[in-house]
Amino acid sequence: MDILQNLLTTLEFIIQGLWITVWVTVVALVVGLVFGVLTALMRVYGNRFWRQVATVYSVVIRAVPVVVIIFILFFVIAEYVNLSPFLAGSLALGFASGAYQSEIFRGALQAVPAGQMTAARAIGMSKVQAIWSIVLPQALRLALPAWGNEATLVLKDSTLVFVVGVPEILRRTQQVSARTNEPFIAFGAAMLLYLGLTLLTTQFLGWVERRYRLQM
Amino acid sequence: MQEFLELLGNVVPSLLQGTVVTLQLAAVSLALGVAIGLPAGLGRVYGPRWLQRVIGVYITVFQGTPLLIQLFMVYYGLPDVGITFSRFAAAYLTLGLNSGAYQAEYLRGALQSVGEGQMTAARAIGMSKGQAIRSIILPQALRLVLPTWSNEAIAMLKYTAVVFLIAVPDLMGQAKIMAAKYFAPIAIYMIVAVFYLVLVGIAYLILRQVERRAQIPGLTGEVE
Amino acid sequence: MTTDPILRLENVHKSFGETHVLKGVSLTIQPRDVVVLVGPSGTGKSTLLRCINLLSPPTQGKIWLEEQEITAPGVNQDKVRQRIGMVFQDFNLFTHLTALGNVMVGLTRVRKMNKKEAYDLAMLELDRVGLVDRADHYPAQLSGGQKQRVAIARALGMDPHVMLFDEPTSALDPELTGEVLEVMQQLGQEGMTMMVVSHEMGFARRVASRIVFMEGGYIVEEGPPDQMFDAPRNERTREFLNKISSFEDNGQGE
Repeated sequence: MDILQNLLTTLEFIIQGLWITVWVTVVALVVGLVFGVLTALMRVYGNRFWRQVATVYSVVIRAVPVVVIIFILFFVIAEYVNLSPFLAGSLALGFASGAYQSEIFRGALQAVPAGQMTAARAIGMSKVQAIWSIVLPQALRLALPAWGNEATLVLKDSTLVFVVGVPEILRRTQQVSARTNEPFIAFGAAMLLYLGLTLLTTQFLGWVERRYRLQM
Repeated sequence: MQEFLELLGNVVPSLLQGTVVTLQLAAVSLALGVAIGLPAGLGRVYGPRWLQRVIGVYITVFQGTPLLIQLFMVYYGLPDVGITFSRFAAAYLTLGLNSGAYQAEYLRGALQSVGEGQMTAARAIGMSKGQAIRSIILPQALRLVLPTWSNEAIAMLKYTAVVFLIAVPDLMGQAKIMAAKYFAPIAIYMIVAVFYLVLVGIAYLILRQVERRAQIPGLTGEVE
Repeated sequence: MTTDPILRLENVHKSFGETHVLKGVSLTIQPRDVVVLVGPSGTGKSTLLRCINLLSPPTQGKIWLEEQEITAPGVNQDKVRQRIGMVFQDFNLFTHLTALGNVMVGLTRVRKMNKKEAYDLAMLELDRVGLVDRADHYPAQLSGGQKQRVAIARALGMDPHVMLFDEPTSALDPELTGEVLEVMQQLGQEGMTMMVVSHEMGFARRVASRIVFMEGGYIVEEGPPDQMFDAPRNERTREFLNKISSFEDNGQGE
């Protein structure tokens, strides 16, 4: 009974970090989405210069561990603006995720049949109009499965912002473990919590995927 | 510029030491991952029902939780119940178990994508199920899984960067020490980023070469 | 009959769940027989072959291979399959092995020959099907007809007492069926006992010692080719063979 009691108190404390984890993930995913889609568009439709800029971003960032990116950006940001660890950490995580998302969206854009662009231009759309209202909506749907996978990766990588002091699940777990001196229960609880979180996320993404699947 | 070169001269020796540790971590953990992932993948497909379920739970747990929490569980949590590891052992074990789960899952996909006709034909010339798996199915599955596994190898190189949080003196660990010593975190982490970039680049080129070698002539579509 | 039968089926049934595919098939095959199984698709011809080499054992009934009842409990099925060669419609060559490797793998792994012996025998078998010059080609580098001939060589390498052919030319382009049928005819002339599921009526007439007509999970009629083609006793046999023969004549414009 003691252990169960312990587990519950521990969980209660850790759960306060759950919302931070969720928010870090959401902010990072949105930032990454913006970076990812923009750079993917640059790589597929941009001129030589923009293509190269976007490619270097995606290739270089993906070759460096996310935790290193977070450190660099955290210190760079701190040099110029006064952001909370939460915002700095989320932005950095998002900037890193953007490089992976860029790769996902580039593949998706290229997977949209060329005839779609031709047909859009044929009814008098400009190139930008065609990209925005014909190609991109299809590409986003094609990207969904891979994007969902990236979302769960970001959810797990969000523990990394712990290094810059964001009180998310892992940091709360460390605190409670130090206080109760029962690290096994603390980290066990954190693992269970995360397991629930990722399973829930996977279920949700599966539902979204089925709902928005393209019939081609 | 002068200042930067001086800093470079000061930190590079330590960072090189850290690089050796990082490479060692990645290599051992990957090998451990293969040693776990190979039988786990086979067991997941061909094992008895109970074994499939046990391996399924193992994969779910390690894929469903963050590496960092797994690492802390092994290094800080398990001593609580009487199982104590050194920093390095904890790092190897966590990375190896984590990688093993992913590798098992990739292998399962590859095993299942080898056509059923291959098993039928192998059984038809009198092979037992075990022989057929060993000499017909597995060699094909391993070739199929190779590109994914080489991605995993590169990912592993990057994943090792979290072990400094249990004070393993890898590349990142050395960087943290140097950053505190010379008060130049941005410059030092940038240098470290370049180190990782070069490591990953070299690994990528080598693995590409291996993939090309392992291709079955006449079959296209595996490597661009 | 003075010789002992090489293969004997007694009231063989096969069901997959609710579907009753074979409903009591009895058949006796003598050494050197070439039996061609014909009949509409979905009547259990392929299933019958798979029952015989125990790839999917019968749900009821007995099968003897030479003097051994292979459907008896405790029989080593792998050993049985070594004595029964099988050639598939879609070849099923081992993708990761060369033509030579495909023939050798059974010899080294199953028959436990050493590399040298296995190599020599495999080359001999490839020669039998006329493909020595393709020995180091991988399946993806071979034409359909060549693949099927390698598959035949692979089966022959195991020194089978009976060969089963499951629509060996159905997946081939028409111009490639000839080379495979030629190899099979030559095998028949060498005295190999064969069971062939096929729609190649020309081959059946030339090579078969017996035609077996199956429909709906039963054997409807069997007999020598002349009788089956020219004077079948059963109305269904006549209809089927007429239809398929005239189709073949029109198709090939002979």
